[in-house]
Amino acid sequence: MGMEGIGARVARKEDKRFLTGKGRYTDDMVVPGMKFAAFVRSPHAHAKINGIDIEAARAMPGVIDVLEGRQLQADGIGNLICGWMIHSKDGTPMKMGAWRPLAIDIVRYVGDAVAIVVADSAGEARDAAEAVVVDYEELPAVTSAVAALQPGAPQIHPEAPGNLIFDWQIGDPAATDAAIAQAAHVTEIEILNNRLSPNPMEPRATLGIYDAAEDHFTCYTTSQNPHVARLVMSAFYNVAPENKLRVIAPDVGGGFGSKIYIYPEEIVCLWASKKTGVPVKWTSDRTEAFLTDAHGRDHVSKVKMAFDKDHRIIGLKVDTIANLGAYMSLFSSAVPTYLYATLLSGQYDIPAIHANVRTVYTTTVPVDAYRGAGRPEATYLLERTMEVAARELGLSPAELRRKNFIRSFPHQTPVIMNYDAGDYDASLNAALAAADWDGFAARRAEAESRGMKRGIGMSCYIEACGIAPSQAVGSLGAGVGLWESAEVRVNAVGTIEVLTGSHSHGQGHETTFAQLIADRLGVPIASVNIVHGDTDKVQMGMGTYGSRSGAVGMSAIVKALDKVEMKAKKIAAHLMEADESDIVIENGDVKVAGTDKSLPWFQVALAAYTAHNLPSGMEPGLKETAFYDPSNFTFPAGCYIAEVEIDPETGKTEIVQFVAADDFGNIINPLIVEGQVHGGLAQGIGQALLEEVRYDEQNGQLLTASYMDYAMPRADDLPSFTLSHQNTPCPGNPLGIKGCGEAGAIGSPPALINAITDAIGINHLHMPATPLKVWSALQDGQMRQAAE
Amino acid sequence: MTKVTLTVNGRAMSGECDDRTLLVHFIREKLGLTGTHVGCDTTQCGACVVHLDGRSVKSCSILAVQAAGSTVTTIEGIAGQGELHPVQAAFNTHHGLQCGFCTPGMVMTAVDMIARHGGDLDEHTVRHELDGNICRCTGYHNIVKAVLAANEEMQGAARQAAE
Repeated sequence: MGMEGIGARVARKEDKRFLTGKGRYTDDMVVPGMKFAAFVRSPHAHAKINGIDIEAARAMPGVIDVLEGRQLQADGIGNLICGWMIHSKDGTPMKMGAWRPLAIDIVRYVGDAVAIVVADSAGEARDAAEAVVVDYEELPAVTSAVAALQPGAPQIHPEAPGNLIFDWQIGDPAATDAAIAQAAHVTEIEILNNRLSPNPMEPRATLGIYDAAEDHFTCYTTSQNPHVARLVMSAFYNVAPENKLRVIAPDVGGGFGSKIYIYPEEIVCLWASKKTGVPVKWTSDRTEAFLTDAHGRDHVSKVKMAFDKDHRIIGLKVDTIANLGAYMSLFSSAVPTYLYATLLSGQYDIPAIHANVRTVYTTTVPVDAYRGAGRPEATYLLERTMEVAARELGLSPAELRRKNFIRSFPHQTPVIMNYDAGDYDASLNAALAAADWDGFAARRAEAESRGMKRGIGMSCYIEACGIAPSQAVGSLGAGVGLWESAEVRVNAVGTIEVLTGSHSHGQGHETTFAQLIADRLGVPIASVNIVHGDTDKVQMGMGTYGSRSGAVGMSAIVKALDKVEMKAKKIAAHLMEADESDIVIENGDVKVAGTDKSLPWFQVALAAYTAHNLPSGMEPGLKETAFYDPSNFTFPAGCYIAEVEIDPETGKTEIVQFVAADDFGNIINPLIVEGQVHGGLAQGIGQALLEEVRYDEQNGQLLTASYMDYAMPRADDLPSFTLSHQNTPCPGNPLGIKGCGEAGAIGSPPALINAITDAIGINHLHMPATPLKVWSALQDGQMRQAAE
Repeated sequence: MTKVTLTVNGRAMSGECDDRTLLVHFIREKLGLTGTHVGCDTTQCGACVVHLDGRSVKSCSILAVQAAGSTVTTIEGIAGQGELHPVQAAFNTHHGLQCGFCTPGMVMTAVDMIARHGGDLDEHTVRHELDGNICRCTGYHNIVKAVLAANEEMQGAARQAAE
C-alpha cells in the first residue's frame, strides 16, 4: 500500500487550514458592496395571509429593500419541488402541494418564509424584519402524521385530500399474509422512530451575487451537492440558465443530509441580489436552523414478524406512516420508500415481505434525508422486533439472528435489493468477542450488588450505499441519475489536480482521494490537489450523501486514472523505445519492466505538454475525464453491541461499553473510517437517548428550537468506542469499497434500546430513552409486580 | 457606534461597532478573523471560544464594548506563522476534526483545560470539561484522544525543560 497509498493511516491534508482558523465557510465570505438579509418568518403553524405591510420596515435605518412573494412570483421564480416521483398502489402519482420560496396566501409551518429584508447590517435587517406587519388569520395546526390522517384533520394542501401524499406498497401482500396465518409464532410490535434535527454545527448560509454586466449569478452556499443545486435552481426554479449561474460550496461545516436540499433562502437571495443590485448574504442562526432545516425520521410503524417452528422468519409485514412535514422536500418521497422498505430484509433470509407506507402532510418543517435516511428506520424496526422475538421465543439474541442469516451471495431479497457480498457471522462473532458477551452475567451480578441495573443488547444492521445505479433509480422514480464524474489533470511538472463531483464537508476527500492517486502512481499526496465544490471548476457531479463518495466518486477517479495511465504509458514507451505493454508505473517512475530503463513521472508529464516527441497522431496534454455509473448499490453490514448501566433512582443510562464490528469492504484510510463510525455512533446514540424534535400538538409551535431544549450528545454523554473491521470486498466497484458514513447512526439505536429494555426487564420503550422515561418504566414495572 | 480597541493575538486592533455587537461578531466582521465561529445563539455550542485576558470565554456571551482594553487570543494566534500548537498538531494526528467548524473552539478550550489541569488530566475530566463544546461529526472519541495526547506531550516538554 505504500506510506500514503490505499489502506494507509494518513493524517488529513485538509486539517491545517481548519486547525489554524483558515477554513473558508460561506459566512466567512466577504465581497465588495455586500449587504445582509433577514427573513420574515411565520410565527404560526398554519395561517392565511390577509396582507403584508412593509412600509414601516422599509423606512427603518439601513434598509435597502423589503421583498415579498408576489414580486418573486411575478418575476417567474418557480416553486420548490420534490425530485423523486412515487406512485400510490392505485397507480396515482404522489400529490405534491405548492411550495413557494416566499409564501403568498398561506403559511404552513412555524418558520415558513414570507418576505426578505436586505439591509446594511445583519442587525438592521433583523430589526426591520420585526417591523414587517403580516396580517395572519390563524388556521388549525396538526403536527403528527397519525393525527393528520384522521377524518376532520386540518386540510394542509388542496392538492392532497386528507393530507395523504401517497399510499405505497412493496413486496407480496398475499404471500406475507399467508406466512403469518401459518406461523408457529408471530411477534407484534409498534415502533416509533423519533423526529430529529440534523444539526450540522455550521448553520446554513448563502451569498447571492448578481453581476449585471454579465447578467450572471454566483451563489455561495452550504451545500453537499452544488451541481444539483445549480441544476434544480436553473431547470425548475428559473433563477437563471445553467451557464449564467455558478454555485460554489466552499468549506462546509457538516451536512448529514440537511444540506442536500435546495431551500428557499438560496433562491430568494439570488433573486434579491438582482432586485436590489447588491450582493446579499444570509446566515441562519441556530433557532432558524431548528425551524427551517429539513428534519429526519418521524415514522410510526406496526410490525408483524412470523416464525416457523424452527424459529426461521417466514414473513414480515410492516405498516408505516411517515410525516413529511408541510412541503415535499427535494428527496423526501424516496426516504420512507426506496431507501427504507428495500432494507427491511436486513441480514435475514425472509421469503415474504410486505410493507405499506403512507406519507402525510403536517404543519411542521419538511422532513427529508438525515444520516442514513430510511435505513436507520428499517434497521431500528427490524432489530427491535428481532430482540423482542428472541425474548418471546426464549432464544439468545445471537442464536435467533444466526438461525436466519443470509449466507449465500448474491442474495435477492423480496424487496428489490440484491446483496452482492457479506459475512454476517464474522461481524457478529467479532462483536460478541470484543464485548465479552459471555462474561456479561457476572458483570450484571456485580452491578446488581451495587444497586444498578445492567443490560446488554445487539443489533445486526445492513444498509445500501454507493447511491446509485442511474437506470435503476430512474425506473423507481428518481428525477436525476446518480453517477459521478472525475477529471484527472496531470500538470506539466507532474503534479496532479483531481476534479470531482463529490463534495467534502468533513469526510476527508482531500486526503483519501489523494491516497488513491498515490497508490496508483507512487507520487506523494502532497503533489495531489483535490478540487471540488465549484460548478465553474468541475463540470458536473451529484455530490455527497448516501456514502457514495468512495464507492461512486472514487470509482470515477479510477476510470479517469486508467485513461491517464494508458496515455502516459504510450508516451513513455515511445520515449524509451519500448513496447507499451512492458511499461509499469512504480514509486513515481515510469519504467520498462525487467530493464533499468526508467523515466521520472514528471518527465513523462512534461513530454506530454512540450509535445516535441509524441507518438505519431497523439494529441498533446495529459488530462482525462470519466463518468462512473455504479452497477449496484453496495451493502455495508455489521454488528453493534451496547452495554448499559441504569441507576434505578434516577433512570439515567450510562453506556459502559459500545462495540462496533463493521464490514465496509476495502478501506482507503482506517483513521478516517474510524472517525466516520464514531460520528455516526454519536448521532445514533443521540437518537436513542437524548434527541427528539417536539412540536406543541395544539398550536404547532416548535418546542425544541435551541440547544437549551434539544439535547445534543456532548462529550460526557458518550463513551469511547471499541471498533473492528471485517472485510468482504465489494465486487461491484473497482476499489471493493462499500461506504462507512452512515453505519454508526443506523446500527446503534436498536442496540441501545435492546440493552436498556434488557436492563429494566421490559420488552419495549420508545426513543429517546430519557431518564424520565426509563424511571417511569421502572416504576410501572414495580407497580405491576406489586399488584400481581 | 463606539470605537473598541483590543489587543488581539499580540497586536493592538480597533474598530467601530454598535453597542449591541457581540465580541464574536466584532472579531469576525470588524477584525476579519473568521476562525472564531458562531454555531448557536444560546451560548451552548462553544464554536466561538477565545481566550480573554488568559481565560477561555465564549465570545458570544460578551459584548465587544465590554471587552475593550482586554487582551484576546483567537485560534489564529496560538501558534507562530506556519506552525502548529501541540494541541493543533494532536488534533491532526488523532483525527480530532472532520468538518472543522467546531474545531477552533475545541482547540481553544483544550489549550485552556491543559493549562489549568496540567498533569492531572484524565478521560473523565476531559469529557466533563468539553461539555460546553458541541461537535456533531467526531463523536468526541478522537477529540478526547487528541487532548490527552497533547497534554501528555506538553507535560513531557515541560519536564524536559525543567530538567
